[in-house]
Amino acid sequence: MTYTPVEMMTVAAARALGNHDICFVGIGLPSAACNLARLTHAPRICLIYESGTLATRPDVLPLSIGDGELCETALTTVPVPEVFRYWLQGGRVTVGFLSGAQVDRFANLNSTVIGDYARPEVRLPGSGGATEIATACGQIFIVMRHGARSFVKHLDFLTSLGHGRTGHERRELGIRTKGPTLLVTDLCIMRPEAETCELVVTSLHPGITREQVSKNTGWEVRFADTVLETDPPSESELEVLRDLHARTARAHGAAGGSE
Amino acid sequence: MEFLSLNDAIEHHVNNGDQVALEGFTHLIPFAAGHEIIRQGRRDLTLIRMTPDLIYDQMIGMGTARKLVFSWGGNPGVGSLHRFRDAVEHGWPAPLEIVEHSHAAMASAYEAGAAGMPCAFFRGYRGSDLPGVNGNIRFVPCPFTGEELACVPAIRPDVTIIHAQRADLKGNVLIEGIVGVQKEAVLAARRAVVTVEEVVDDFGPCISNAVVLPAWTVSAVVLAPQGARPSYAHGYYSRDNAFYLAWDEIARERANFLAWMRKNVMR
Repeated sequence: MTYTPVEMMTVAAARALGNHDICFVGIGLPSAACNLARLTHAPRICLIYESGTLATRPDVLPLSIGDGELCETALTTVPVPEVFRYWLQGGRVTVGFLSGAQVDRFANLNSTVIGDYARPEVRLPGSGGATEIATACGQIFIVMRHGARSFVKHLDFLTSLGHGRTGHERRELGIRTKGPTLLVTDLCIMRPEAETCELVVTSLHPGITREQVSKNTGWEVRFADTVLETDPPSESELEVLRDLHARTARAHGAAGGSE
Repeated sequence: MEFLSLNDAIEHHVNNGDQVALEGFTHLIPFAAGHEIIRQGRRDLTLIRMTPDLIYDQMIGMGTARKLVFSWGGNPGVGSLHRFRDAVEHGWPAPLEIVEHSHAAMASAYEAGAAGMPCAFFRGYRGSDLPGVNGNIRFVPCPFTGEELACVPAIRPDVTIIHAQRADLKGNVLIEGIVGVQKEAVLAARRAVVTVEEVVDDFGPCISNAVVLPAWTVSAVVLAPQGARPSYAHGYYSRDNAFYLAWDEIARERANFLAWMRKNVMR
């Protein structure tokens, strides 16, 4: 079965989640990956959206983090201050799933501005929940499309802490959670190296070369001693993902939820 | 509490230069009230909202705002708020001062406002550049453990406006579904206006821990059926996701945006 690079990325991200995870879900690519995991190998995963919907089981992907679908299929819905204070800050979440406009070699994320903060070239949406998700969850998975303009040497703005500008900032700040342990792109899988916390390529998706990854990364990207080849999406993974997207597009009355 | 028309409620309770919070976390966004503020030509407002959404994109684009306090300024699942971006990037139709937070900070700041506290403490902003661009984000040590905690001032709007499912004849207000920060935003404000889908004799049997705002916490209740569209009202109508997708094109160019507003809001 043929598949697109974005499908490969979504499937690879979904595989990282398990039945025991309590997952705080960002909208877009993270939401697709989390729900794919729930509909395939991790039916007991608990998904939490920042609108306060706990253990939600949407039949279609929500366009926003607060679609009615999320509330109607949730175990319970709590107020927004509560979801951030008791559930996120209280340490009840094992995995936070994030994305961003820019990422650097230490998995720090920018979702605030491109260019200068006071006079931005592009004003992005901003933090939302991400700044505290990045430090309060047990660990962080990131999913982002690869590209030299988004995988940058220096972030224009650090919205959400990865391993900091030195790679060791979490420890220096007394943060005990693991931070980013996985970055899945449409080309490869990257993980932080043990000593330096610098992201290195640990797996290439089928047909992707090291040169492609290097060309699309704004820093001199390094590769792990052993680089694996990612298993391609199975027929059943693709079928479930495509069904989910088709249901979503019908429900939104347009080509919504494709990411 | 008094029952007012939408026109009268906005005329009496929203003044030029006020700090105004229109809350509703994706659900129950008070669009009808926002449109009335635009029609009445209010100016120099400080708009407060966790997720500015389409309603503040419209209010900013029509020149009602001088300042925006927010934590996530996008069109959810779609992309940019073009009018918000145009104001920040190019100062159109007027320069927009921004005070930017994270969601955890805004939610805590509303809670502090409701609790009558001057500020909110929480474990946040660690390692982020946001404290460097917002002087209202400070860090203080916990007096018991010494842990450095983030601290932000309480939000105390001059007026909070929300949309709810129902009011009863006494003016008590019932909210169900994704309840967001509306209770906190109302209790934090000096005045509160609530638009509702319907006014009922009494709530009848309802779940005992649904959010009810007693009439004495509310300044005015306004009957405004469909008042949250294109957002939604749980139990009444669903979110118009197709419109949220269409807004991307409507709001992209200034002339197109203004024409749409004239035709659909200013009438």
